[in-house]
Amino acid sequence: MQIYLPIAEVSVNAFILLGLGGLVGILSGMFGVGGGFLMTPLLFFIGIPPAVAVATEANQIVAASFSGALAHFRRKTVDLKMGTILLAGGLVGAAGGVQIFAQLKSIGQVDLLVRLCYVVFLGIIGSLMFVESLRAVLRQRKSAKRRKLHQHHWIHGLPIKLKFRTSGLYISAVPPLLVGAAVGVLAAIMGVGGGFIMVPAMIYILGMPTKVVIGTSLFQIIFVTAFTTILHATTNYTVDMALAVLLFLGGVIGAQVGTRIGVRLPAEQLRIFLAMLVIAVCVKLALDLLLTPSELYTIGGRHH
Amino acid sequence: MRHLLAACSMIFCAGAIQAEEIVAALSQNRISITANFDGSEIFLFGAVKRDEQPPVDEQLDVIITIAGPLEPAVVRKKAKRFGIWINTDSFEFTYAPSFYAVASTGPMNKILKGWDDFRHRIGVERMINPVTPPGMVQDERDYIDALVRIRQNQGLYSTTPATVDMSEDTLFVTHIALPANLVEGDYTARIFLVRDGSVVDSHDTTIYVRKVGLERWIYNLANQEPLVYGLLCVLLAVFAGWAASIAFRRA
Repeated sequence: MQIYLPIAEVSVNAFILLGLGGLVGILSGMFGVGGGFLMTPLLFFIGIPPAVAVATEANQIVAASFSGALAHFRRKTVDLKMGTILLAGGLVGAAGGVQIFAQLKSIGQVDLLVRLCYVVFLGIIGSLMFVESLRAVLRQRKSAKRRKLHQHHWIHGLPIKLKFRTSGLYISAVPPLLVGAAVGVLAAIMGVGGGFIMVPAMIYILGMPTKVVIGTSLFQIIFVTAFTTILHATTNYTVDMALAVLLFLGGVIGAQVGTRIGVRLPAEQLRIFLAMLVIAVCVKLALDLLLTPSELYTIGGRHH
Repeated sequence: MRHLLAACSMIFCAGAIQAEEIVAALSQNRISITANFDGSEIFLFGAVKRDEQPPVDEQLDVIITIAGPLEPAVVRKKAKRFGIWINTDSFEFTYAPSFYAVASTGPMNKILKGWDDFRHRIGVERMINPVTPPGMVQDERDYIDALVRIRQNQGLYSTTPATVDMSEDTLFVTHIALPANLVEGDYTARIFLVRDGSVVDSHDTTIYVRKVGLERWIYNLANQEPLVYGLLCVLLAVFAGWAASIAFRRA
C-alpha cells in the first residue's frame, strides 16, 4: 500500500515503513539500544530526503524514550537532578545543532554533514560493539573482574560542585553540562537520541552508577528530542507527521516483540549481529561518499 | 505581457491564414493528492473545428503539454575533494516547472519550427530559466541537461513524440501520466495545433492539483503554524510512548 508523505512529498510503501519501524523496534527491544542511529540511515536508503529523515526520527525517539523512561520512573532509577543538568546542556546543544543544520542546508552541504557524522559514529560504535561482543562470546561465562573506574583529576578541580543524591556523587556541574550539550548537537544533526554516547560518558566520565544511567539518559533524551522536533518543525519545516506515526506504530510493536525475544535468546551473543549490522550500514554510507556517484548532479530548492 | 503578445499574434495569424480552431477537453481538471495517492493519468482529447476544407498538401500536427507550477531550483555538482564526493559547484534557476510533459504527433524537431518553439515556449528547455544570462557560465549546458535528466528519471519531465493519436486530421487524443511524487499547485495543459511547423491555434486549461483531507491539513499546519505543528508532533509521540508503556506493563 503506497502512502503519500505530506512533508517529504514522496510516495512510499506503508508496509516498508512499518516493517523498518518494527525491525528497528525489535533490535532496540532486544539490545536496549535506541535505534535512531539505524533508523535514520535506513530512511535515507528508502528515499526519504535526509533533512526530513533526521527531523522525523527525532520525533520518533520522543515516543520510544518516553515509554522507556516511564518504566524507569516506576523503578525509581532516574537521577532527576543529574538529568536536569544534562538536559540544560542538551537544549543549548540542540539549539546550536539545528542552527548548524539550517546553515548547511542553505549551502547544500547538509547531506554531507549528516552522512559524515553517521560514517564516523557508526564506524566507531560498530567496531567497539563488535570487539566487545566478540570478547563476550570468547569468554563465555568466565566472569571478568570489573575494571575500577578511572578517576579524572581534572573533573574534581572544576567549580560549581553539586550533590547528586540518587547517583551518590558530589561533582562539578560542568562535565554533565558539556556531555549534555554534545549529545544535543548530535540529536539535532543526526536525528538520534544520543544514548550510545551519553551512556558511556555517564559511566566513565561522570562515574554514575550503572543502574541509574539508562533511566537518566532516557529522561534527558525525551526533552532534547522533543525540543529538537519543535526546532526542526519551526526552522526547517522538515518534520513529517504521517511518517512519524507509521514509525511509532512499527516501533512500538517491534519493541514488544524484541523484548520477548531478548529474554529467550542469548542477547549478549546476538549483539555481534547488531554490531555487524551497524558496520554494514556504515560501510554502505561510506561507499556512497567514496565511490564515483552514477549521477554527479543533484537538484535542490524548495524546502529540502 | 509576453503571453499577451503571443496570443495576439496567434489570433492575428490564425485569422489571416485560415480558420482552424481547437475544441478540447480533459478527463479531469482536478487531481486530489490523498494519503494513498499513487500517481494519476489524464486523458486529453479534442477536435479541429474548421470553416472550409483544409489544404491537402500541408502537414498537420498536435502538440500537448502539461506544466506544473514554476519553482526556483538549484542544481549542485559533486566533485572529489579530500577523497570523498561532495557538492562543490551549483547553478541556479529562477524557475523551472516542477512537472513538464510534452506529447506530440511526431518528433518535436521535425514538426515544429525553432521560432515557434521559442515564441510559444513549448519544448522543456524553453520552460527553464537560468538566473544568469546565457553564456555567462561556462558549463551552463551541463546543469540544464542535468536538471532535465534527473527530473526525467523521476518521471517528472517527459517528451514523448508520437503519443498523440490523430485521425483524419481532425480528432486527436492522448494520455499523460502524472507520477506519485507530484507537488500541488495549478498545472497548465496546453494544446497546440501546428500546420507545417507553425502554430496556428492553441488552447489552455488549468488542472488543479491539490492535497486533500489529512494530507492538506498536515501540510498547511506545518507551513502556517509550525510551532503548533511541532508541539502536536511531540504530543502524539508522548501519547504513543505512554500507550506503549501501558501495553508493556500488561504484557
